[in-house]
Amino acid sequence: MSISTRRVRAIFRKELREYRRNRSLTVGMAIIPALFCIQPLISVFTLHSSASTPLRHEHVLLYMLAIPALVPSFVAAYSVVGERQQGTLEPVLTTPIRREELLLGKALAALLPSIAVAYVVYGLFLACVELLALPTVASALIRFPDLLAQLFFTPLLAGWSIWIAILISTRSNDVRVAQQLASLASLPSVALTMLVALNVIKASLVTALIAAAALLLLNRIGWRFVSATFDRERLVTGTR
Amino acid sequence: MGSDDGALELIGLRRRYGDGAGRQASAGTPAIEVSHLTKDFGGRTAAADVSFSVARGEVFGFLGPNGAGKTTIVRTLGTLIAPTSGTATVAGIPLTPENGVEIRRRISIMPESPGLYLRLSVTENLECSADLYEVPDPGDRIGRALRAVNLADRAHDACGVLSKGLRQRVALARALLSDPEVLFLDEPTSGLDPVAARDVHELIAALGCSGVTIFLTTHRLEEAERLCDRVAILNTTLRTIGRPDELREQLFAKTLTVRTLVPLPDPGGVFAGLPAVDGWHPDGPAAYLLAVSDPAAAAPAVTRALVAAGADVLSISESHHSLEDVYLELINKDQEASLR
Repeated sequence: MSISTRRVRAIFRKELREYRRNRSLTVGMAIIPALFCIQPLISVFTLHSSASTPLRHEHVLLYMLAIPALVPSFVAAYSVVGERQQGTLEPVLTTPIRREELLLGKALAALLPSIAVAYVVYGLFLACVELLALPTVASALIRFPDLLAQLFFTPLLAGWSIWIAILISTRSNDVRVAQQLASLASLPSVALTMLVALNVIKASLVTALIAAAALLLLNRIGWRFVSATFDRERLVTGTR
Repeated sequence: MGSDDGALELIGLRRRYGDGAGRQASAGTPAIEVSHLTKDFGGRTAAADVSFSVARGEVFGFLGPNGAGKTTIVRTLGTLIAPTSGTATVAGIPLTPENGVEIRRRISIMPESPGLYLRLSVTENLECSADLYEVPDPGDRIGRALRAVNLADRAHDACGVLSKGLRQRVALARALLSDPEVLFLDEPTSGLDPVAARDVHELIAALGCSGVTIFLTTHRLEEAERLCDRVAILNTTLRTIGRPDELREQLFAKTLTVRTLVPLPDPGGVFAGLPAVDGWHPDGPAAYLLAVSDPAAAAPAVTRALVAAGADVLSISESHHSLEDVYLELINKDQEASLR
């Protein structure tokens, strides 16, 4: 089976245009990261320099990986059921597009803004820490391995959340229900990042490589599995 | 928008078929062939044992009441849903799951609801569709399609601000983009004002002439009668199929309506034994309906008999039945049968 990049690009571009003009979606994407940043920032600003020693042995900032795990589920959960409710899905399904192409286009369109939001929020968080926290606290928090982990795990975690959310979106009949279920389904990923941030799971190069390989595999499986379960007839007629 | 060559040149269909090629091509393999197609949804049968074929370049009308299975058949032929049983070929390709992409590449479906992205502009909607069909030179093609439906000046408007009729026209432009072999139109004039509906009729007629096979689902019977080479009437099962005039002949006896100034004192004596007159019955105080085998032979004989009887004749006319009469007759029969 060959994938047409032009058809994937068509869906990707259309979705991005829609996201850009859908205020409720963009606001929804921005709220979660904002909520995630407020409390930790306040905590960081109130830390004394004595806190820097234990901080050097933790990976507190990996807590921010919860953002790419949560944010894309909101838009990805909308992607199929939203189109279905608008009545725009059937005309797309009558074109020569394959389900793999449709889903890949939608997933990439959800991935791009999610990664952008995650990186921007992370960057702002670091800037605030660097500028407003005590220098010893800032240097204890901001470390190169954590920056690398954030850089590489953001797309991987976002991708996994997207496939779960799209799967839920293809099986739901209501946008709100799909978004709530998708948020719920992304909680295990959030919990894992928390466990790493709180040092319950020891972060090391080996665990990072294993986790990255597992997420890559899950993303690949996610695409194939969601494609295989994508049922045109059920989506068009609401039966089966 | 219109049936003239200009509209066709705009959308570029002449390049493929040549002038009037459609009707000539109709002698070849059918564009659509359906054999004993049945579709069940759980315990409910939407369409049962439907068989018909549509020639290439034919404008084929698909009529039936709401819930008759028309959309189900269109969705099945468009590879959106799988038949429960039966076989079909669309654009010469067997209807199987593995042929779905190839069939969809050759057809275009305009659903009753336009299904446009309302936050996107007209051009952005068409760009998306052109890319999904991998249309070469999409910019030029979009321009032609928009000019064909008289929407070139609204190209950059968001679809959300367009009226229902204009959205319908955008959907029609979208359906034309891919230069389809078979074009499925589901209620294409729904929501259009009379002038816009006439324009769409002219475009459909022109597309038919250029070789595009058109499968037209409509509730507007005068639209079907005017545009379609043949029509099928579906009510879960296929009730009838044929040219509109054939259907009228099949269903209704030929009749003459005679009107006189005053009632005839002995109508039986006047009409009995006349050539080509098979029977008669009154149709009002001074009107008579005559069943005839050949109206052209019967009319002069009836006129002579009336004059000989001293009647003051107001009119003698052949009764005409519309496609609507055919449709209502068949659907009413079905309703009566279901009540029994």
